[in-house]
Amino acid sequence: MSTRRKLLSLLTGATALAVSYAPAVAGEFDGVTVNILTRPGYVIAGPLAERGKDFEALTGAKIVVTEVPFAEIFPKIQNDWSTGTNSIDVGVFAAGWGVELDAAGLLEDLDPYVAKDAKIDMNDIAPYFRDFGQKVGGKTKLLMVDGDFQMVYYRTDVLEKAGLQPPKTWEDYIDIASKIHGTDMSGDGTPDYGSCIFMKRNAQSYFAIQTIAAPIVQTLGTAQGFHFDNATMKPMINNEGWKKAFELYSEMGKYGPPEQLNMDIGDTRALFKAGRCGLLIEWGDPGTLQLDPDAASVKGLIYAVGAVGSKDVLDRATGKLVPVSPESAPNAIDGINYAPFAAFGGWAGAINAKADQKTKDAAYAFLSYMNQAAESNVDVTKGATGYNPYRLSQLASTDLWVAAGMPQALADNYLGAINGALNNPNMASDMKIPGAQKYTGVVLDTELARYLAGEITVDEALANIEAGWEEITEDFGRDEQIAAQALALGTGN
Amino acid sequence: MPYTNTNSQPGISPAGSPHSESWGEWMDRHSGTFFIAPAVTMILVFAIFPTFYSIVFALSRVKFTADGINFRFVGLRNFTRQFAGNDQVHFLGKATSPTIFGLIVFGIVLAAVLWWLFRSVKVTTWVGMIGRLISAAMAIWITWIFSVTLLAGNSIGTMMTTLFYVLVGCFLQFMIGTGLAFLCSQPIKGKNFFRVIFFIPLMVTPLGVGYAMKMVADVTKGPFQPILRVFGIEDWVWSADPWAARFVMMICDSWQWIPFIFICMLAALENVPRDHVEAAEVDGASSVQIFREIIWPQIVPIAVTVLLIRAIEAFKIVDLPNIMTGGGPGSSTESMTLHSVYVWRANDVGSSAAIAYLLLILTVVVCASFFNYVVLGQLRKAKA
Repeated sequence: MSTRRKLLSLLTGATALAVSYAPAVAGEFDGVTVNILTRPGYVIAGPLAERGKDFEALTGAKIVVTEVPFAEIFPKIQNDWSTGTNSIDVGVFAAGWGVELDAAGLLEDLDPYVAKDAKIDMNDIAPYFRDFGQKVGGKTKLLMVDGDFQMVYYRTDVLEKAGLQPPKTWEDYIDIASKIHGTDMSGDGTPDYGSCIFMKRNAQSYFAIQTIAAPIVQTLGTAQGFHFDNATMKPMINNEGWKKAFELYSEMGKYGPPEQLNMDIGDTRALFKAGRCGLLIEWGDPGTLQLDPDAASVKGLIYAVGAVGSKDVLDRATGKLVPVSPESAPNAIDGINYAPFAAFGGWAGAINAKADQKTKDAAYAFLSYMNQAAESNVDVTKGATGYNPYRLSQLASTDLWVAAGMPQALADNYLGAINGALNNPNMASDMKIPGAQKYTGVVLDTELARYLAGEITVDEALANIEAGWEEITEDFGRDEQIAAQALALGTGN
Repeated sequence: MPYTNTNSQPGISPAGSPHSESWGEWMDRHSGTFFIAPAVTMILVFAIFPTFYSIVFALSRVKFTADGINFRFVGLRNFTRQFAGNDQVHFLGKATSPTIFGLIVFGIVLAAVLWWLFRSVKVTTWVGMIGRLISAAMAIWITWIFSVTLLAGNSIGTMMTTLFYVLVGCFLQFMIGTGLAFLCSQPIKGKNFFRVIFFIPLMVTPLGVGYAMKMVADVTKGPFQPILRVFGIEDWVWSADPWAARFVMMICDSWQWIPFIFICMLAALENVPRDHVEAAEVDGASSVQIFREIIWPQIVPIAVTVLLIRAIEAFKIVDLPNIMTGGGPGSSTESMTLHSVYVWRANDVGSSAAIAYLLLILTVVVCASFFNYVVLGQLRKAKA
């Protein structure tokens, strides 16, 4: 970055900070260090470090970003905060994980800070992210830096050439993937892949399976959920609905890169940016990543479908699949039940309740700085940041996106898909109960990986998940989990 | 000169000495204790105490709360769940009824072990018999697990994967390492150059080896890709096939550890007296005869000791599978150490400690059996 651009960025940051968060004044946090822990790589961590430097120049607070493997983020924070080590002041992780830390009394209540922060503009944050992502038990405990949904992406040129329409159901997805798999999509004369999904264990493979399962299992709206029987917290997983999702996921693997079982999200992103994937299951990032210079060959060609659905849904009473009907799936459209999955819920920052007050003040000021529209509206338009839109001002108009270099038609499609998902009455919420990371990131992820590797059958995988989830529920207390689930899905008090 | 027997040592007054002990003499008498005290304290604090404290973890359900770590005693539950229930498939593998072949293999091993025990009754003490019973029970149990998992066509768990790395890997490393050492002990041109080259992998950090091997073994972009393409193998990747992934892991581990065997065996080979070999040559013995009758008996005590040290190290394999495959596909390349790490990372500290203890038991029984029945036997033979 040239000196001129650095100065310009600094000036922009300084201006934004000066007009946004009143307490943050020059030198206010001199000598204060805020230690942040998050995922590795430039995605998520990079912008925190970069904006941290601007923030340091403005307020004196030193921002130190430490990166650990994805699977270690939550346990490291939990260990650090509960054992009194307190080497971490801020954790930036999945919004849904905060509830377990909060139940242990480890999260700082941010409502008093928000009350004094006239410029954060909470009303501009989309209600789902404001209430699901940032709040625990009605109190603000986290601040979003990202808003997440998993969607399906397709290459418009590839589907057009093959005379195919974008998928509406998961069967369509597999059908399209099978037809375009092996064709040359990148123009280098080598066969490319019908579908690219990061299926590596101990990474983020377990989100895609939930994206597939949600429209099969959840039919009555967000409050129904698709992981448990909310009244008893008995796992709603060992049934034909999830079985179909597992089988569909395995089938998708046949039309992907041969090493897909060992691919993490960075690997599949490199592939689709190189033009080698026809279909993807991904978060909001491909919309903006295709604007990067190294994705020039696919710029404006990767479109999103906000939700892919199912014509068969789970009958919870029998555990069997039944065709979509007004009774079985009242939210269905044209015989297809949709349930866009808010996978991960978005990356959010939480402050260690045991940090000293000056550090907490600096930490809040920094998270607020990242969250405010002045910075956030820039960050979400850059694919490399990993930040996706979560403010209404980012979702209401395509102006920001077009100004960032996105073709108008793509911007319409991209925001249309996200808005469609966000406003769907049957939107599927990610887990937000104590043990959420263990239910999905450990038990579901491990059994799914074993099934995909052929170590166990789908029935064994589902039975193991059911037993594993029951064990976690017993561990945290069934009644407590029932109450937490009711709060998470908006059905409790 | 008459020989006088005395128990007194310089500077130490004999018991009942009429004069009182001075401070200097007392210090002198206890100097040994003072010298070793720091080392003993360090060992107690950093090795023994954590080992015993981890038993508390292994017998508890551990929860992290705002007030610190909360222990709930659960007895042996963290251990038993590895052998029955939800975690059994992960640790032991998927077990079904054994096949006829599996039963035959199990029967042969059972018979051999029982025969060995029967013969042992006459030659060993009752203490030795207890040790042999433990070794025999472990051998029979492992063979049974082998029969109902792998030989029954099922997937294996982290325990059998670890044994695969140890038994097959150590055998391969020993054969190649000894072969290379034998070649480099011959009067060949540039042998010093080869000695250095063969030794280099051992100096690389395991993380470096993992990342380097990940790149080298990448069949879609790595150096072997053109070769595989020539043979029409373009859609196959080792990382998606459980056994291929295990073999690649073992080969990469061997790349790093063959130099250890090589350097130890080279030292052993170079210590074999030249005149013994020359005498055999004068008598007309062939190279094979010289190796078998002259060299091998002299290096076998070192060979089995090196193998023992390597086996102990191999039980702890963790870096390579963690970096190259993350234990995948599924859990097929996951060793017991990596299993313990992943469970610990999920904050299930009790189960993680239990798996670590199971690894300790397995390592101690297998390695102690090897030491008692192979290493000591060879050492006794060498002395005789």
